Amino acid sequence: MIDRLTDNRGLDNFDYRFLALVAAILGIGVLSIHSVTHAQQGGVAPYYLKQLVWIFLGGVAFVVMLVSDYHRIARLAYPAYGVVLLMLAFVLLEGRTSKGAQRWIALGPFSFQPSEFAKLVLILVLAHYYSKAPRVGWLQRVVLPGLLMLPGLLLILKQPDLGSGLSFVAVYAAMLLMVGVRSKALGVILLFSLMLFPFAWEGVWGSLHDYQRQRIMAFVDPDYDPGGKGYHALQSRIAIGSGELMGKGLYGGTQSQLKFLPEGHTDFVFAVYAEEWGFLGVVLLLVLFVGLIWLSFEIASKAKDQLGALLAAGITAMLCFCVVVNIGMTAGMFPIVGIPLPLMSYGGSATIMTMASLGLLLNVKRRRLSLFY
Amino acid sequence: MATAGMHDSELGELQRRLTLLRIGLLLVVSLLALRLWHLQIREGPYYRDLSENNRTRSVLLEPARGLIYDRHGVLLANNVPSFSLYVTLEDVKDRESLTQKLSELLGLDAAMIRKKLAGRGSKMLPRKIKDRLTLRDATLIESHRLDLPGVMIQVESQRNYPGGMAASHLIGYVGEISPEQLEKPEFADLHQGSIVGQYGVEKSFDRHVRGQAGQKSVEVDALGHEKRMVSVEKPQSGNDLYLTIDIRLQKVAEDLLGEESGAIVALDPTSGDILAMASRPGFDPNVLSRELTPKQWVEIVQNEGRPLNNRASQGQYPPGSTFKVPMAVAALESNTMSPSSSVFCNGGYQFGKRVYHDWKATGHGSVDMHKALVHSCDVYFYTVGQRMGIDTMAEYAKAFGLGHETGIELPSERVGIVPSTAWKIKAKKEPWLPGETISAAIGQGYVTVTPLQMASMIGTVANDGVSYRPRLVQAIMDRMTGNLQEMPAVPRGKVQAKPETFRLVKAALADVVTEGTATRAKSSIVTIAGKTGTAQTTALAKEKKAEKDIPKKFRDHAWFVAFAPVESPKIAVAVLAEHMGHGGSAAAPLAKEVIETYMKLMPPSVPEEAPRS
Repeated sequence: MIDRLTDNRGLDNFDYRFLALVAAILGIGVLSIHSVTHAQQGGVAPYYLKQLVWIFLGGVAFVVMLVSDYHRIARLAYPAYGVVLLMLAFVLLEGRTSKGAQRWIALGPFSFQPSEFAKLVLILVLAHYYSKAPRVGWLQRVVLPGLLMLPGLLLILKQPDLGSGLSFVAVYAAMLLMVGVRSKALGVILLFSLMLFPFAWEGVWGSLHDYQRQRIMAFVDPDYDPGGKGYHALQSRIAIGSGELMGKGLYGGTQSQLKFLPEGHTDFVFAVYAEEWGFLGVVLLLVLFVGLIWLSFEIASKAKDQLGALLAAGITAMLCFCVVVNIGMTAGMFPIVGIPLPLMSYGGSATIMTMASLGLLLNVKRRRLSLFY
Repeated sequence: MATAGMHDSELGELQRRLTLLRIGLLLVVSLLALRLWHLQIREGPYYRDLSENNRTRSVLLEPARGLIYDRHGVLLANNVPSFSLYVTLEDVKDRESLTQKLSELLGLDAAMIRKKLAGRGSKMLPRKIKDRLTLRDATLIESHRLDLPGVMIQVESQRNYPGGMAASHLIGYVGEISPEQLEKPEFADLHQGSIVGQYGVEKSFDRHVRGQAGQKSVEVDALGHEKRMVSVEKPQSGNDLYLTIDIRLQKVAEDLLGEESGAIVALDPTSGDILAMASRPGFDPNVLSRELTPKQWVEIVQNEGRPLNNRASQGQYPPGSTFKVPMAVAALESNTMSPSSSVFCNGGYQFGKRVYHDWKATGHGSVDMHKALVHSCDVYFYTVGQRMGIDTMAEYAKAFGLGHETGIELPSERVGIVPSTAWKIKAKKEPWLPGETISAAIGQGYVTVTPLQMASMIGTVANDGVSYRPRLVQAIMDRMTGNLQEMPAVPRGKVQAKPETFRLVKAALADVVTEGTATRAKSSIVTIAGKTGTAQTTALAKEKKAEKDIPKKFRDHAWFVAFAPVESPKIAVAVLAEHMGHGGSAAAPLAKEVIETYMKLMPPSVPEEAPRS
């Protein structure tokens, strides 16, 4: 008999803090999206309203991922991965093209991006894989999970979607770090190389000539720099820098309001925020994100079993990666790869996927007192 | 019992490793914060500047040029709205494709556009590519605006001359400032594309008429489209000019010259006011104020009639017998001749081996000063010249304003030549030859003058030796304050001569018209005094040929200088008709027409009207 001692005390303090942080970041996101898009004309619904709809749907996904036992969810990992791979293949054949890349599947008036969901499914797959049975030896610990990841990665890179591809690799690397690599020394090396990769990238990248970079980037990501000559990167740096300490105030961001800053509501939403709220606002946002990630680590380190710990750690690592790379790229530290800022960038697939991940995270936490026998 | 227990040690290890990840997170976030601090705090002001430049564009607001009126307030130059095409390089993504598109849409020369885009200057400032766009072209550009980032149509004022060719040399024309002009200090606050006067009063009074450009700062979006006005500094209109000319008289003078080349200058001897100043052939300043194609420009410059030459102030001609007027004054004042002393003219004057002919081969018989002027006896003046010497002649000619600038407010005035021994040494590096004095005495040889100088000279005689600097602008009206600044008459000096001398000369000049060489200038409504001149264009004495047999370009220039009324002169006139032969037949009737017209136009009681504003 399974004695299930689910946590039935309702929401505790931890949950409130967690939800408050999520709500705060979502709110800042909607505000920034409204600021940058409110002046746009056109018959379509305003972006901020659509984003509120995504947040609502994300809330539904959050609850769904929260209520059913994560062990049950994890059991669906392989079939889900199969579906995701099929969708990714379908995108390549039939998908909607936008800005030179095929990433979307049209769904009535909406279109969604399977590569976003692929990230969460990959976390489930790898967590499920490692926790299913003890994995021994290089083959089982490193190579096999790598082979599991590979078809998804290739299909994503084929679109091409460099940002999602990098996230995929990051999730895999985080899993290796957590359980894949036995030796602690190797783990530390892996961790630091993972962390320093973006910075090292800057060093290597910086040594290349412009035309070399453009060639390389044009190869892997046609989205990169459509205006030519680092226009996006420069405009983003100008937006952030010109915010100075206090910012230009809500709706006062000239870079974004006058459309010098491209993609202000999606990948570059951080630059919009930084321009309007200044360094003080930026510090506040960083504190919110660090707080959220910190609580996520808390969940991972207090997880009752390996599956829970791996799920929580994978989600946390993905969150970390997206936040750091997105802010780093808008601030001109990394090359521009299309990674949205979690919970802030406009976009249905990403918002729903991130909120579903957070639901799963809380699921792990709320079931840490339950017992399985 | 199979699931979790087996991995307990792994779970512990995993959770310990999370601590490492947390440290890593804090490290990376601190790096991010550091970077953002660097961007926003340390380099914040720099990026703030960049963002200001990103969003604001300065647009120059060209001032309206001042208007030009004649002495009675008739409009001579104004401004009409026109469309100009500007390009701001900062907003241009692909210069070459823009060039192609503009060249296709407007049918412009791509090389011309490329050259204009490549010019020096700030990328932020719009540069003018084409003016006087037709409404159709302007609409075409506006409708393609989204495909043409950085392109802008601006309504500007375009100079317009309602009178067309009338007074073209005097009013002048405007044009875009040239690169050479831009280097000069007087154009320091101008910029590429500024319109400045390039000829005539438009040029010489440019700093009054030009006005001051304003500037507006506009906020633009990423495509360079204007969103909002940030600040505006209004342009200041240029000041209005009231010229001294009477456009009606001017037109009469121009019509009198008609298709012939020549010049007519009429001035008021009591003030120096230029009443009319005609030079033919002329040009249409409306055409020249536009941007000309190189071909059009070559056509104008290489035109044989040299229409851009203002013959009144820049044409230098031998004065011929009109030179006898200052020579007569010189002879009397230097006591070379007394009024009653006579010279016998048998039709020639022997000097050395050469005989200098009189225009009348049969001779004038016994000739005194009066008769010599009335019938334009050459032998008398050969004698005068021979006795007086070239340097005394030069001294008096200069006293009448010949050989130097009259000081008229027109660009590039020419001064002609009043020869002297010193001049010959300096200019020709040769000593003066005595025979040259004899030619000079009747206004031939080295002597050259401009029609303007001759009008001023005869005006000085009319005014008993008192002369004024020729004046073109009567008043300037300040557009900002509405103040009318009158330009005073500027006395230029006085020819030191006895009143009796002028009385004698003027009486003789009056008889030139009544009974002498210029009876065709005799008027029934006003008394006219004058002197004819026939200026040889070739140094060789011509064979006796019927004038119609001589090719036109070798025919003599016809001169007539006159003033009227004889009793109290109000107008002095110099007429020069190129290659028209005798002054008495070709030039004198024109002077008469001008004088009669002026007398009819002149209000009898009020000599000078205040300009209308």
